Amino acid sequence: MATSSERSPPPFPESEDQEPDPDPADGDSDEGEDIFTGNSKPAEIKAERHQPPVDVTAKLQRDIPSSDPLGDLDGSGANKKPARDGRQADLFTEPRSDIFSEEAAARPARPGPASGSNANSSSKSNGIHSDEEQDIFAEATVELSLDSPHSERKETPKPVTSTESSVAVQPSAPKTALKTMAELEEEESEDKFELNISITNPEKVGDGMNAYMAYQVSTQTSLPMFRSKSFTVKRRFSDFLGLYEKLSEKHAQNGYIVPPPPEKSILGMTKVKVGKEDPSSAEFVERRRAALERYLQRVVAHPSLLQDPDVREFLERDELPRAVNTQALSGAGFLKMINRATDAVSKMTIKMNESDIWFEEKLQEVESEDQQLRKLHGVVESLVNHRKDLSINTAVFAKSVAMLGSSEDNTALSRALSQLAEVEDRMEQLHQEQASSDFFVFAELLADYIRLLGGVRGCFDQRMKTWQRWQDAQVTLQKKRENEARLLWANKPDKLQQAKEEIAEWENKVTQYEADFERISTTVRKEVLRFEKEKARDFKNQIMKYLESLLHSQQQLIKYWEAFLPEAKAIA
Amino acid sequence: LIDIPDALCERDKVKFTVHTKTTLRNFQKPEFSVPRQHEDFIWLHDTLVETEEYAGLIIPPAPPKPDFESPREKMHKLGEGEASMTKEEYAKMKQELEAEYLAVFKKTVQVHEVFLQRLSSHPVLSRDRNFQIFLEYDQDLSVRRKNAKEVFGGFFKNMVKSADEVLISGIKEVDDFFDQEKTFLLDYFSKIKDSTAKAEKMTRSHKSVAEDYIHISATLNSLSAEDTTALKQWVPIGHGKVEARVASDQELKLTELLRYYMRDIQAAKDLLYRRARALADYENSNKALDKARLKSKDVVQAQEHQEQCLQKFNKLSESGKKELTSFKGRRVVAFRKNLIEMAELEIKHAKNNMSLLQSCIELLKSN
Repeated sequence: MATSSERSPPPFPESEDQEPDPDPADGDSDEGEDIFTGNSKPAEIKAERHQPPVDVTAKLQRDIPSSDPLGDLDGSGANKKPARDGRQADLFTEPRSDIFSEEAAARPARPGPASGSNANSSSKSNGIHSDEEQDIFAEATVELSLDSPHSERKETPKPVTSTESSVAVQPSAPKTALKTMAELEEEESEDKFELNISITNPEKVGDGMNAYMAYQVSTQTSLPMFRSKSFTVKRRFSDFLGLYEKLSEKHAQNGYIVPPPPEKSILGMTKVKVGKEDPSSAEFVERRRAALERYLQRVVAHPSLLQDPDVREFLERDELPRAVNTQALSGAGFLKMINRATDAVSKMTIKMNESDIWFEEKLQEVESEDQQLRKLHGVVESLVNHRKDLSINTAVFAKSVAMLGSSEDNTALSRALSQLAEVEDRMEQLHQEQASSDFFVFAELLADYIRLLGGVRGCFDQRMKTWQRWQDAQVTLQKKRENEARLLWANKPDKLQQAKEEIAEWENKVTQYEADFERISTTVRKEVLRFEKEKARDFKNQIMKYLESLLHSQQQLIKYWEAFLPEAKAIA
Repeated sequence: LIDIPDALCERDKVKFTVHTKTTLRNFQKPEFSVPRQHEDFIWLHDTLVETEEYAGLIIPPAPPKPDFESPREKMHKLGEGEASMTKEEYAKMKQELEAEYLAVFKKTVQVHEVFLQRLSSHPVLSRDRNFQIFLEYDQDLSVRRKNAKEVFGGFFKNMVKSADEVLISGIKEVDDFFDQEKTFLLDYFSKIKDSTAKAEKMTRSHKSVAEDYIHISATLNSLSAEDTTALKQWVPIGHGKVEARVASDQELKLTELLRYYMRDIQAAKDLLYRRARALADYENSNKALDKARLKSKDVVQAQEHQEQCLQKFNKLSESGKKELTSFKGRRVVAFRKNLIEMAELEIKHAKNNMSLLQSCIELLKSN
């Protein structure tokens, strides 16, 4: 990859991606070869992206020492590696002056060439870390981070002479910091995520029982496959479900883990529809918004799913046809239920001869982990509830103490008691906030992974089905052969020809199904590894966030009690 | 100097070892210990209350019965659920329960101790004969405890007391001091009762939160090692323990304080009732004297009676005033001490918590 030297102007070829360029072939990894030849910037960038990961990684490794982007923009464990930068450096080596000029012209969202890589890094990291980042940063903040490196980049138009010119990368340090380390390590996923998604602005549309919540889905990206660099669409919950259905149909059978969307909730939505303006429906909406955001971020974090045109359409297209088959009580809904039931039955009856112990072990791990997570989730939910109770009781107590203070005839004691009431009031707020953190950071993390594990199990099931199909084909082939033998013996030459044709057909099928099985096994393996890495990262980041919130609470607590102490001492 | 250095818990009953060190001559020995049960304390209290002489004094409230109900119930539930949890989880929960048991124990010892200490520091009550017997008599006091008749009598007395409450609010107060005190105490009592109840609820919630963290830690331990290292490193058990400590300290300093003073105020109110009754008696005796004078019959008796009532009333008023004034001071001092201690403990625990959390965060970051 290259260090093709034409380094002319700086920057990040990636930025070119953003251009609504002629290149439609964005998603195709195989256009890689065009990188150095092709004129489509996007293609080349793309190609670069899909190029043999090894190179990229190698480059990355090299770059790591040089750039140290510890941009803790997202505050998660600063594992964002500079490697990302390295990769970008690679892209930089695609010199294209026109690219730059074009991008300079075309990029409103990402001013400056520099934005390219930075944007990428940030978007990528954002994409990857969307879980934590999106939660932490509003869209605006993301923009911000994108912007700063831009200007920096502008100042360093140095030709990127070495891939190590993470020099260019350096200004984007904060951005690069956003890149995921996991991405670097994964050979397959050299996709840089120059994609940030956030979901904001839940708005109620319509009235009464036909009302629904519309969410604004905003994307910022430097990926060439999209028409523009930043765009927003309005989507409703059933659209998300529709996306899942489509993706699941297409990919689940190949063994991909398709992230499942958040659950439907008739009760929750009914409250919203009816227009109850109470905190529980606000909480429901917020919970759903956050869950949808994480869902989309996971989808785009998956390298293969991102390439799916349905995903692109979901993010870009202004009006989506209403996904009616996601309604629970529709015909399609029933059909789904029936399918699920048959699946469950067949799963029980398939007895697979596992040739690879890895799969069996993994499946067991998944099962036991699922159990533990569910248990843990139950306990965390009880924590949330108890803390909410605590907060209510503290508020009530605070009022009572205030009353007591007002009856108290000793003035100093009376003042102290009312101070105590104030402290307890503040404690109540602290408890409230902590409960919300308990929930949104911790409990939802667990809930997400319980759902995801379901997806993982699903892909194991798919693999089993594929195996079964292969076996069945073999059985059929055998029967056809026997049939042929019988026909031979009975000497019926006309039917014989047909029998031979059938045998040939089934032989092909057997070969194909066997290949399918091998393919799905590989995919499942890859997917599971990727999933585990992502899970480890996710958990770590969320736990950090949670601990930090606990820490913050304690700090506040100390402040309040230290303020109270002199009042107590002043009692005489 | 009295303290309860030791106490044993036998099934339902708690046996306290009351230890006395004294220089007073009216005791046989300078230092001695006797075993006592909760009922003995109640007997002592009731005897003091019934003593006419002490009508003008605030009798320290009787210590409440030791209540192991809550930890016992939890222990029971734990035993039932033992099969469904891992060994470690069970061990941890058991540990926490034992700590709770211990806390209840300490609380009840403290409350009994305080009762005796207040008696011994009171100039009049410390010289009570029954008190001395309580401290010294090295045999079982059960012979002197209430028999059924007395229990019934006690019940009856409570009914009379509520009638007193009506009386006390109805009577016309001649003395400003007592008038103010009455108003203040009645109002304060209802408020402090409310605060005590709310504090109890709050402390209970806090304990639940602490327990949840312990559950979480136990569940985490059974998760597989690899990707949940992050969770495991967090070790919420530490956090849970700190929170539990916070909750129990809060209870000791705040809830118990409020509870104690609620009872103390009740005792003060009782004094007011007694005085009100004496006043009513005096007024009645006045009327009787007038009537006797009219009829010219039993005048001397009536006069004597009236004088007695007046004397009693005056005595009650005088000592009552003293008691109530010192009660005020005592209350303020106790509140101050406990509030300071509670604030200091909260700060200490929060700092512990913080350093625990910080070290976890560091650990996670470095991984």
